[in-house]
Amino acid sequence: MTQLSVSDLSFSYPDGTEVLKQVSLAISPGERVGLLGPNGAGKTTFVLHLNGILRASSGTISLGGMTLSDQTLREIRRRVGLVFQDPDDQLFMPTVFADVAFGPANFGFPPEQVEHRVKSALESVGEWHLADRAPHHLSGGERRKVAIATVLASDSELLVLDEPTSNLDPAGRRELVALLSLLPTTQLIVTHDLPFVFELCPRSIIMDGGRVVADGPTGELLSNRQLLAAHRLELPFGFDPTNIAPR
Amino acid sequence: MSGGHAHALHFHGHSPIHRLPAAVKLVGLLAFVLAVVATPAGAVWAFSGYTVILMVLLVLSEVPARFFLTRLAIDLPFIAFALLLPFVGEGPRVELGPFAVSAAGLLGAWNLIAKATLSAGASVLLAATTEVPDILAGLSRLRVPAVLVAIASFMIRYLEVVAGEFRRTRIAMAARGYKPRSALDWKPVAVSAGALFIRSFERGERVYQAMLARGYDGNWRTGAHEPITRSQWLAGLLPGIVAATIMLASRLL
Amino acid sequence: MHVPDGFINVATAAGAGVVAVSGLGASLRRTGRDLSERQIPFAGLTAAFIFAVQMLNFPVAAGTSGHLLGGSLAAILLGPWLGALAVAVVVFMQALMFADGGIVALGLNVLNMALVTALVGWGVFRSVMRVLPRRSSAVMIASMLAGATSVVASSLSFVFQYAIGGEGGAPLQSVFQAMVGVHSLIGIGEGVITAVAVGAVLAVRPDLVKGVSDLQLPRLATAPSRKSILAFVTGGLAIALALVFLVAPLASGAPDGLERVAIDNGFIESAQEHPLGGPLADYSVSGIENEQTGAVLAGAIGVGATFVAGLIAATILRRRRSA
Ligand SMILES: Nc1ncnc2c1ncn2[C@@H]1O[C@H](COP(=O)(O)OP(=O)(O)O)[C@@H](O)[C@H]1O
Ligand SMILES: [Mg+2]
Repeated sequence: MTQLSVSDLSFSYPDGTEVLKQVSLAISPGERVGLLGPNGAGKTTFVLHLNGILRASSGTISLGGMTLSDQTLREIRRRVGLVFQDPDDQLFMPTVFADVAFGPANFGFPPEQVEHRVKSALESVGEWHLADRAPHHLSGGERRKVAIATVLASDSELLVLDEPTSNLDPAGRRELVALLSLLPTTQLIVTHDLPFVFELCPRSIIMDGGRVVADGPTGELLSNRQLLAAHRLELPFGFDPTNIAPR
Repeated sequence: MSGGHAHALHFHGHSPIHRLPAAVKLVGLLAFVLAVVATPAGAVWAFSGYTVILMVLLVLSEVPARFFLTRLAIDLPFIAFALLLPFVGEGPRVELGPFAVSAAGLLGAWNLIAKATLSAGASVLLAATTEVPDILAGLSRLRVPAVLVAIASFMIRYLEVVAGEFRRTRIAMAARGYKPRSALDWKPVAVSAGALFIRSFERGERVYQAMLARGYDGNWRTGAHEPITRSQWLAGLLPGIVAATIMLASRLL
Repeated sequence: MHVPDGFINVATAAGAGVVAVSGLGASLRRTGRDLSERQIPFAGLTAAFIFAVQMLNFPVAAGTSGHLLGGSLAAILLGPWLGALAVAVVVFMQALMFADGGIVALGLNVLNMALVTALVGWGVFRSVMRVLPRRSSAVMIASMLAGATSVVASSLSFVFQYAIGGEGGAPLQSVFQAMVGVHSLIGIGEGVITAVAVGAVLAVRPDLVKGVSDLQLPRLATAPSRKSILAFVTGGLAIALALVFLVAPLASGAPDGLERVAIDNGFIESAQEHPLGGPLADYSVSGIENEQTGAVLAGAIGVGATFVAGLIAATILRRRRSA
């Protein structure tokens, strides 16, 4: 059984830019996978396809056996929790509580359940005490965790995070590692923060120029200097994956 | 009268006035202001009555008088306008210290100052005791169209983001010696306003995507409202009712 | 421009409220389904944008300054209906969050600052575009005229309200003269900023300018040219002069002082550095017996001074650019 299976996905923006070229990949339930690639590789574009915000010109996406189509769009959107790169885009309601409640309310959960879900989602990221605060008054790390809570509240099966470490300080980044490693949900983590992926994801996929160019154990990919250099990926100075035991 | 502020006038607290539902306070505010504005200028005792009501509310709200008064200063330019009426008004003159001023103008000035200040005071009290999201919820409860409330809530959410981007641009310009002197000098700022609009638009697109991702289907769902009890309505409307009674009396007498 | 409570009587304010509500209702219907779905976040962000832009205080002339109303800018970018809604939301929340402008006066303020500016701005913009050849410079000129006219129309709307139900007994003619006189000057600032901002959007994302979405425009240079700046300086001068000569004689001589305060403190936001205004601030040249002629003369001198200041600024701008 696969959690996510994508085959031959191709997409061009209306202005003609061809961004995705026959992308295929599969992820099993419970896996935590890194999606790496330089700026402009098409990662964000790809991720926006996973719950049908952008629709491919060809190819299929299926989630736990359900193929994405107009009929299944709503259910797929509930099952795929997308955390956007900029929490300011993701957190658009006047309070944290209202924001986390937005998804469950739209997916038709009854009001008492919505409240319960908001509470347990915020508790699982350790930020229930922020419920009545305004999103724009939170720190970067708090915003990121609340953004994750907004998708947890809808019982997503697949958590997709777009560049989750951007704008985080080292402590916020460490807390995020701790949080994600404890969540049992299947995760696809889009980033070019290689040590972050190395710490969290046993497997990684490298995307460049709209194609999947590598797929394998993270340690192996990160030890392949030529591969990394060919796709403008760089390890921080002094970081050597062969010296550190992966999870 | 001012161009804009980045921070609301809210004063955090847990007084009985803070706890009243926003919808009740909004209706109460409207009733109070209506009564004030409809009072004849000559009824000085009525205005004293309104002042007492406002002071009682201020004490109940536990908002410091200093905080209240500094926020009220917004009204000052118009007070200055009103203060000139006695000197420009027509009709019989009365002695006021060294000046001979128009009696009608004097009354007119008093009328404007009293009404504008009392009304602004009531508005400041609402803003000081009500969180902005609660104001929004109150408006939606009072049947303001959901679309307008939604636009307002997005506006409030992104006000600081957008204003912050704008402020940073202007600081960056000032840091490089830019100092506007006439409207024509504003070209760089106006260009940056254009750029800011594009950024705002593009953020609007991303926010829309984020909404779709969480199941938005074109129907704006407002959360359930907590019921308002009859005693809450009564408590919230009491100042307005008292003010309305005073107003009626002042018109009849 | 935020009218406080007490300046206009309840009946007039209530009447304005009814007009404002029907205007907003019409806008909601016109924007229709489109708004209720895709454009809510967009309209909200635009409202935030207008709010931020209203913090722009620009120096006008003779020590006064104005702040952008933004109604015509919003209308040109978003269309008149969505533009009016966005500005109305701004006005509404300014009253409730900041006690800026009255509560009973909300209808008056929504009418003056949102509906009148957006509809007049849009009307002028589209009419001018119809007359001028479809070039980028035409968009700039049309935006300039739309911005300037919308501000004057907004001030006229207030004077109209004051005429019907003004309290305090300020002589109508003085209110009229002060409001329209000052706002013709402020209008130039509003016009220039509106034109440049629209030009900047047009250069990068022409698809976002609703006012030209159905017109075939050639692609633009990235910044307004010197020629177009001169074109709208001339245009602004022409409007302002026309206003002075058409409007000022209608208002007879004003008592001293009232306008100065109205100008510097009351009806427009005054520059912090100039609490009492410049020598022309009361719009009446002293020593001239016939006050009507005096008012016209003062207005004309004011416009002339603005124009000269503008020319100087434009020259400096040009030099800086070529340096
Ligand atoms: N709305 C859009 N219209 C046209 N091209 C776009 C749009 N969004 C992104 N692109 C282009 O698509 C390519 C991939 O972008 P993106 O998916 O954001 O990459 P990544 O997330 O990997 O950095 C880039 O070349 C970008 O310029
Ligand atoms: Mg990206």
